[in-house]
Amino acid sequence: MAEEIERDENVVLLGEEVGQFNGSYKVSEGLLEKFGPKRIVDTPISEAGFIGMGVGSSMLGMRPIMELMFWSFYSVAFDQILNNAANVRYMSGGLINCPIVIRGPANGGTNVGATHSHTPENVLANHPGVKVVVPATPYDAKGLLKSAIRDNDPVFFLENTMLYGEKGEVPDGEYLIPLGKADVKREGTDLTIVTYGRCVLHSLKAAEVLEKEHEISVEVVDLRSIRPLDIDTVLASVAKTHRVLIVEEQKPFCSIATQIAYMIQHEAFDELDAPIKRLSTVDAPAIYSPPIEIEQLPNPARVIKAALEVMA
Amino acid sequence: MSTKTKAKPTTATTDYAAAAINQKLTKEQKLELYRTMMRIRRFEERSIRAYQAKKIGGFLHVYIGQEAIATGCCSLMGKHDHVITAYRDHGHALAVGMGMNELMAELFGKATGCSKGKGGSMHYFAPDRNYWGGHGIVGGQVPLGTGLAYAIKYKGLKGAAMAFLGDGAVNQGAVHEAYNLAALWQLPIVFVIENNGYSMGTSQSRSSAGELAKRAEGYNMAWASVDAHDVYAVRAVMDEHLNRAREKCEPTIVELRTYRYRGHSVADPDNTYRTKAEIEEYRRTKDPIQFFQDRLLAEKVLTDDTVKSIDKAARAEAESAIEFAEASPWPTVEDIQRDVYWETDHPAERTSSGRLFFD
Repeated sequence: MAEEIERDENVVLLGEEVGQFNGSYKVSEGLLEKFGPKRIVDTPISEAGFIGMGVGSSMLGMRPIMELMFWSFYSVAFDQILNNAANVRYMSGGLINCPIVIRGPANGGTNVGATHSHTPENVLANHPGVKVVVPATPYDAKGLLKSAIRDNDPVFFLENTMLYGEKGEVPDGEYLIPLGKADVKREGTDLTIVTYGRCVLHSLKAAEVLEKEHEISVEVVDLRSIRPLDIDTVLASVAKTHRVLIVEEQKPFCSIATQIAYMIQHEAFDELDAPIKRLSTVDAPAIYSPPIEIEQLPNPARVIKAALEVMA
Repeated sequence: MSTKTKAKPTTATTDYAAAAINQKLTKEQKLELYRTMMRIRRFEERSIRAYQAKKIGGFLHVYIGQEAIATGCCSLMGKHDHVITAYRDHGHALAVGMGMNELMAELFGKATGCSKGKGGSMHYFAPDRNYWGGHGIVGGQVPLGTGLAYAIKYKGLKGAAMAFLGDGAVNQGAVHEAYNLAALWQLPIVFVIENNGYSMGTSQSRSSAGELAKRAEGYNMAWASVDAHDVYAVRAVMDEHLNRAREKCEPTIVELRTYRYRGHSVADPDNTYRTKAEIEEYRRTKDPIQFFQDRLLAEKVLTDDTVKSIDKAARAEAESAIEFAEASPWPTVEDIQRDVYWETDHPAERTSSGRLFFD
């Protein structure tokens, strides 16, 4: 973010506690000191107001990065995000652009209960006009966020508090990862796991066990971007392995996996040696109870179990 | 933080014509104000007939009775002033200078419409005229207007945003969030409440506690409230508060009391919540066009002949817009997926890959 704020004077960061507090999860640590209060703006707890304000300012040529402390709070700004940001280009016949980035964490697993654990990537991606990105690694997060900020369409960037502590190699300076390009995080020949976000890490851990203990060679495809969607990389992997497990931190009904499964069966039916399986969050509001929440979400053990079912 | 500003008490005897902003109007500028109001009315009357002839789909929220507001406010716009409003947006569109042809064609859903037939009645836009819509959700445009003001201030421009809302919108949460942000950050904006007395079919007394503009006091904002059938009054009051925004970066809430003659939309039979006598009383005593016509006749700016010729020209222009809309092509099925993403409309400059549309 700092590089993009430096690069373009129209880029600003607004959100709750992004300045003085250094960010609720320290994502914006040091930015206020570096760029000052004109570029790093603390907002009141007022998501509909400040997100709408960001949308309005983007129509006049600004490129605001709006932080939601939790994506779960999108529901109080739903009209601004999905009526205004998503539709204004269309309803104006292409006269108005909305180059806004809305970012923040969207995940369960932190024992904060149902109100704070939403993963709305399916709800967001259901709206033509928007782009939805869910990075899994620090390297990807930087390259994708830079692309998102420079994008002329509204981009919703869903992070994960459980990944903020992950360490990984991040080069200094300029590199961009284009939106809509999946990444094969591990190559394999027997089973394709299609996934994104934190479930990429679960899937990689599961793949190691599957290799060592079950001699199953797993390919892990990290979508990185939900819309645009790189289905070609998925289909190429399916053509290689012929078996598919989709892992997502999503409630199953009308989820991302549902969409991917439809596309695979539609476009690669003859490649499949087994029915497509999906592993989702157990279908209930997010439970608080800490040890049980782990079991509600995808985790390496659940991924292994699901993978073995696909291979059976 | 601004010093608290009390509302200007408005009385029936205030002579707004004497305000400096009105004193400096030339004869031609006065005629232009009158012409704009007449064009709004004739455009909308003609659009109602087209709706009844089933040429227009969906809703049609007409502005008839409120013409002095959009006309007066938009006549004050400078280069860095911006406008946003809700779904009763035809008047503002004509007042910022959009043409009847593109507006009527939009109502007809034709490709030559201002939004290529993709927006309809509630979604007119003209960013080249600093007109940012045309928004369908009650109050949803007010945070966007606050964003326009934020961008004006961020860029260091001397301008103001006008965010129009109805008396029904004042109870929406997003509106209050916008009030707070504008006051907290001292943004150059005037929130213009067009109070026509009814939020759809619910009268003000049945929907809103207290005085509408006075809610500004809770945010330490200036406010004003005035009868808005007199375009001179609209200009005088708005000039003061627009200048406060432009010069001191301070927000204001201005309530402009008005009336609509027609139902909330064409879908409102308008026979349950008010009497015909009430409508007739307003029309007889406060019709904004008749009021200004009488004034300009007294000022000898208008004559009986020019009244007739302006009316005739406005009717002819509306009729010609109907012909234009009728003759225009529909959008194509391929057009459905155009203007969704900037990137897919500019394939040579696309930086992302992957699928953006699904079937």
